[in-house]
Amino acid sequence: MKQGDPLKEDVKKKPRVGLFVTCLVDLFRPTVGFASVKLLENAGCEVDVPMAQTCCGQPAYNSGDRSDTIAIARNTIETFEEYDYIVAPSGSCAGMLKKHYPGLFKGDEKWEARAAAFSAKCHELVSFLVDVMGVQNVEAAHAGSVTYHDSCSGLRELGIRDQPRRLLSTVSGLDLKEMKDPDVCCGFGGTFCVKYPDISNRIVEEKTANIRASGAETLLAGDLGCLMNMAGKLERQGADVKVRHVAEVLAGMDDGPAIGRGRN
Amino acid sequence: MQITSPAFKENARHALTDAQLQAALDNVRSGFIDKRQWAVDALPEFDRLRDSARAIKDHVLGHLDLYLEAYEEKVKKAGGYVHWAETAADARNIILDICRSAGARTVTKGKSMITEEIGLNEFLQKEGVRPVETDLGEYIIQLRGEHPSHIIAPAVHLTKEQVEADFRRVHNHLPYARDLSEPESLLGEARRVLRSQYFQADVGITGANFLVAETGSSIIVTNEGNGDLTQILPRVHVVVASIEKIVPTLEDVSQILRVLARSATGQDMSVYTTISTGPRRPGDPDGPEEYHVVLVDNGRSSMLGTEFQDMLRCIRCGACMNHCPVYHAVGGHAYGWVYPGPMGAVLTPSLVGVDKAGHLPNASTFCGRCESVCPMKIPLPKMMRHWREREFSRGLNPATQRYGLRAWAMFAKRPKLYRLATSFAIPLLSLFKGRKGSFHHLPLAGGWTKHREMPAPEGRTFMQQWRDRETMKQEARA
Repeated sequence: MKQGDPLKEDVKKKPRVGLFVTCLVDLFRPTVGFASVKLLENAGCEVDVPMAQTCCGQPAYNSGDRSDTIAIARNTIETFEEYDYIVAPSGSCAGMLKKHYPGLFKGDEKWEARAAAFSAKCHELVSFLVDVMGVQNVEAAHAGSVTYHDSCSGLRELGIRDQPRRLLSTVSGLDLKEMKDPDVCCGFGGTFCVKYPDISNRIVEEKTANIRASGAETLLAGDLGCLMNMAGKLERQGADVKVRHVAEVLAGMDDGPAIGRGRN
Repeated sequence: MQITSPAFKENARHALTDAQLQAALDNVRSGFIDKRQWAVDALPEFDRLRDSARAIKDHVLGHLDLYLEAYEEKVKKAGGYVHWAETAADARNIILDICRSAGARTVTKGKSMITEEIGLNEFLQKEGVRPVETDLGEYIIQLRGEHPSHIIAPAVHLTKEQVEADFRRVHNHLPYARDLSEPESLLGEARRVLRSQYFQADVGITGANFLVAETGSSIIVTNEGNGDLTQILPRVHVVVASIEKIVPTLEDVSQILRVLARSATGQDMSVYTTISTGPRRPGDPDGPEEYHVVLVDNGRSSMLGTEFQDMLRCIRCGACMNHCPVYHAVGGHAYGWVYPGPMGAVLTPSLVGVDKAGHLPNASTFCGRCESVCPMKIPLPKMMRHWREREFSRGLNPATQRYGLRAWAMFAKRPKLYRLATSFAIPLLSLFKGRKGSFHHLPLAGGWTKHREMPAPEGRTFMQQWRDRETMKQEARA
């Protein structure tokens, strides 16, 4: 193509994003992956999904298994470092890539700088859209009320609180009803919820009580682990609250069954 | 004190089904949190004060030996005695010796976690010296033969109805018809009962929130004034403090004080901040004739220079447990030793060994709320993870966990194998969900399905679907 071709210029400027799908989205909720791709493409990114990704390594990391964590982290870095940005639809996994990977390679001559350069390019999906790509609004509609749970890692490691709410306020027909203590843990905690099921249950009971008291029809959050925990509890309680990842609503891909729900 | 941390799970189970405890814990879930937030919101420089407080303690921990020696010098100059106790047993014996040479039969005590840590009350009792706790919360749990369940609110696990019943049982010389329905009336009664004890006591024992190297002073912050009476009225005052309580100057103390009470109770300052330096001087209107300081190490010096050194910045405000969802669920006693909540989850393994206290750093969701409110910015989740690493490397965690983790890691480290296995397993699992979207039972997922449904996979994995989509796109282009 000729120099100065506006089309070419446009293509050239598009940031290349490697989507870190996260293992839970890959296995349990592919819809969130497609919603993420759509949101990123709408924001002007070129999205690629490298096949060599598995998991961010948190199950090993939080169980004290440092050597497996490092092996997994190396694979993730090698797989993704060619991209301009690495984006994950999860505050917890993005927090792992961004905040915890560099510490794994402290003092490692070969990897320390590489991990630091990698982590600087990592972002959680919604905060990436708002803070990096400057997205102000989304083209989506959702008739009904929602409440938003702030997942811990996204909130406290990455400072994600306003960004999802700002985009949700531009979804037509959506009514955000805040619950009491949206920033308190849902009791998931990765392996915590199966290692200490009774304590986890007490915590998620508190959470679902607040969700139900908000009166919202749908619960949203940015992390599938928390969502599966809360959806599983609401389902067991027989509560009539639908549960979705925030990306599904923002991308207008919320017509399929909610998390844990069958086809009617 | 008997350690029950290895039985954390059973302790937790009991706590979760104890209706009275759960009712009492509601006070922690709400009160402390809101009050702290109001106090913090009213002080725009709060976060900078946290940084400054952290820097003071980091500096001290880098020069602990120098400051401790400087402090000792000043205490001696003021006419006091300094005793160095390497272990809990050393500390107990030193204190007993002081009590014996003072001919003490009764000692009054201000609230102090270090004396809990060294098991002082049981020891003194056994040796024929009667300890009397004078802090209202401590007094209540002493009546009940319990230990604190919270480091600043020792009786927070009790409802006021339980306290009323205890007072009626123990203070049976008072008319039954009296009104004890309000916290104020309970406090009033405890005050009246305790008043005579201050005069009977030969020795008063307090902890210390700070030891000041510049002046040789010890400082306590209290809300009831009992600490002052404990250290002023008896003939002998014994300060028991762990070595990391040292700060260089009074100016440093005032910096840290600005974050302490706000983080703890949401007060700008505690009601009393009491500074004591040495025994009574000629011409002083009051004060003890003898002033002793027992400096307790009990394992702390071995934390210096390790990944757990930051824990020694802790000023015992309790904010971490006040904001911890696990503490809210089970209360302090479930942790099974002196220090509960997130700070206990880091400190307890350091002091009693991770082989005994291994549950504590594991029983955390890593929600990070503790670190976000810690006035000394101690990275509590990070240090809990360090304990998990030590456990893992020593093979201390359960075999099922280790094998499960190893099997999972074998796949997670090999993307092609992982892809192959998940492409097979996930659609298969999805088949079993039938018309429902979740499982009521699932093999190997009992921990999950005991209390919740397990949402089923939607169908094929994202990666399978994505690959198909990309292939179709390429074919369309060709």
